[in-house]
Amino acid sequence: MLLLLALPLAAALICLRAPRVVGQTATAVSGAASFALVLVLVPAAARHDIGYLRVLHVDALSAVFMLATGFLYAAVAVYAIGYLSGEGAGRAPDRRTRLLWAGLNLFAWAMLAAPMTSNLALLWVAIEVTTVISALLVAVEDTDGAAEAAWKYVLLASAGLGLALLATIFAYYAGAHVLGQSYDLGFPQLLAVATRLPHAAVELMFVLAVLGFGTKMGLVPVHTWLPDAHSEAPTPVSALLSGSLLAVSFYAILRFYRVTEAAVGPTFPRNVLLVFGAASLMLSMLYLFGQRDVKRLLAYSSVEHMGILAIGVSFGAPAALAGVLLHVLAHAAAKGNAFMGAGVLVRKLGSKQISAIRGGLDLLPWSGPLFLLAVFALGAMPPFGLFRSEFEIVAGGLSSRSYAAAAILIVAVTAAFLGLAASVTRMLMLPLPLPKPAPVPDRIPAAAAARAEGSGALQSDIHMETGTTAPVPARGEPSVWMVVPVAVGAVALIWLGVHPPAVLDELFSRAVALLGGGAL
Amino acid sequence: MSGVVAATVAAPSALSGGANVIAVGVLLAEFGMFRQALLRDQVRLYAVQSALISVLAVVVAATRHLPDLYALAALSFALKTVIVPIVLRRMLRGIGAIGGDPRWSDIAGSHALSVASAVLIAIAVAAFGFFTVAALGLTSPVLPDTALSISVAVVLVSFVLMIVRRDVISQAIGFLSLENGVSLTALVVAAGLPLILEIAFLFDLLVAVVVFGLLIRVHHGRAESMSTAELTSLQG
Repeated sequence: MLLLLALPLAAALICLRAPRVVGQTATAVSGAASFALVLVLVPAAARHDIGYLRVLHVDALSAVFMLATGFLYAAVAVYAIGYLSGEGAGRAPDRRTRLLWAGLNLFAWAMLAAPMTSNLALLWVAIEVTTVISALLVAVEDTDGAAEAAWKYVLLASAGLGLALLATIFAYYAGAHVLGQSYDLGFPQLLAVATRLPHAAVELMFVLAVLGFGTKMGLVPVHTWLPDAHSEAPTPVSALLSGSLLAVSFYAILRFYRVTEAAVGPTFPRNVLLVFGAASLMLSMLYLFGQRDVKRLLAYSSVEHMGILAIGVSFGAPAALAGVLLHVLAHAAAKGNAFMGAGVLVRKLGSKQISAIRGGLDLLPWSGPLFLLAVFALGAMPPFGLFRSEFEIVAGGLSSRSYAAAAILIVAVTAAFLGLAASVTRMLMLPLPLPKPAPVPDRIPAAAAARAEGSGALQSDIHMETGTTAPVPARGEPSVWMVVPVAVGAVALIWLGVHPPAVLDELFSRAVALLGGGAL
Repeated sequence: MSGVVAATVAAPSALSGGANVIAVGVLLAEFGMFRQALLRDQVRLYAVQSALISVLAVVVAATRHLPDLYALAALSFALKTVIVPIVLRRMLRGIGAIGGDPRWSDIAGSHALSVASAVLIAIAVAAFGFFTVAALGLTSPVLPDTALSISVAVVLVSFVLMIVRRDVISQAIGFLSLENGVSLTALVVAAGLPLILEIAFLFDLLVAVVVFGLLIRVHHGRAESMSTAELTSLQG
């Protein structure tokens, strides 16, 4: 566990100091090693809580979120090698790239650390650290849009977290009534005395927490920073933001939810989450239609999925809670994949505008289909993990007699899928208009020709992926790095959907018990 | 009848009176930030507000025998009254916002509303916060309940400040004073919060200030101004 905290930090230091190649390798190694460590931790966490040094505390619930972060960290670390070396010396100065690498590691570190603490105050600190680091990462691409997005993000998220801090303080206040003035604000302690906590303070705490952490999670009235930041950030950062950062904020809300539920009964917190979740789901569904920017499209899809998570918790049935946890994992893999696939498309065609991206399937023999699969997964098509999780959530909703909410969920999810699929199929299926669009360099016809000649798929892939970057020596590498993590993610998605490993079931049932859902 | 009133409404003790005066001072400083057109004065007001909170921490520490709070007051004074304003002013000077180019030093035009309307809205919001929290019936073991209501009013007013000002510095100051409001709340309802956590909060604040400063520089470098009125390209 300590190793897990030390590794990304060490990698970040290496990235700052060492030459670029070493930094890349260190990041990739640290990503893979962190994921491996989390995997080792999972079976243990499925059986019992692991405490360490009084403040570190991993239970089944935190393990789920660490799994999501660990997986994306590894995938993104590999992907970024391709993404950043394609950037070329012309566009990104070396110092910026180096900062991006270091920031990536620090960002992952903070997100891994957040679920590892049992202390509500430290949890808040870790999440605030993720805000400031990711705000810098959003700004790292030196454009007007990035500067604007970063400013909106840091201001809105920090203000939101100010409210979350207020929530933390009221949590302390509530606990102090029972536990005395000096105690470590740990949620196990709060939970143990939950029935004796003052109701007004706990309710205030929960609403502030949902509003505050909900700002970072992207729940609707306070989601406005999200599409901006996701669309302007470098693609590896977008993937981490969407798949992992939102989930970590959701984790914080879950902890507050559990305490509140134990203190004032389930009705109040569930209604709060239902309102926010339904609003997120329906508004983002509307935004998915007629969206012009591919990364904003995916960002609104994230808002939609966060809405699904909130609604899932509001059902409260054990099946729905298990579905929510599976949804967190599957969404991390699917959204990471979608962003990485979209990143390849954007790199390829030099534009984020959906109207400018055409012929994806023809141009990208690997990334194109993988992107399509990722979008189908996001729309909860059957063989993928998200289908299973949404099915469980809806089943849980029906079993807890929340018929209206379950119906809204089904309709909105279907409509959202239509909106998403319409844009994406247009990007992938419609032929590339001839004559070729202006921003595309003349490398494309060469690549297309290579493919037409029937040369090996991988080779044409290599030609294409180098896309806008001219230097010949660097070809080959970028493509493979940018395809492999997406392919792994797709396999993981199918695996989660078809037959999740038994240890995950064990993990989920324990985590559901921790959330107060009783036995599955 | 008057006897009953006299029995229930006792005169406030020196402590609670003093604490309330300080809390009101914090709120007034917050309102002062609305009024201030000059960035320099806003930073100064922020320093004053932080200093008031440190003083309140010392008062609580002395009367409630919480020695941790002395350390906290010292740290918070050093950080929020000395270091953060210095960092902010240095950054502003670096980009000519203070002293140098007179164009940047005057941000009177950054109000989305006129000062009077902004202050009226802020008063309404503050009153809302004040009475709502009072109605919740939260009581504090260390300070009068009024201080809690005032601290929530400070938080809400700082949101109004961030909303109605259209320049990056005022928005950053708005966030910092939001944090001050939260500190005030913490003093009232969570005075015993372990010192180590408070230090973590403060450290975090420092990191946030540095990042805010960096982003302000990025913004200034690209937009050639402090105004956020131009930040409208990302929509939909």
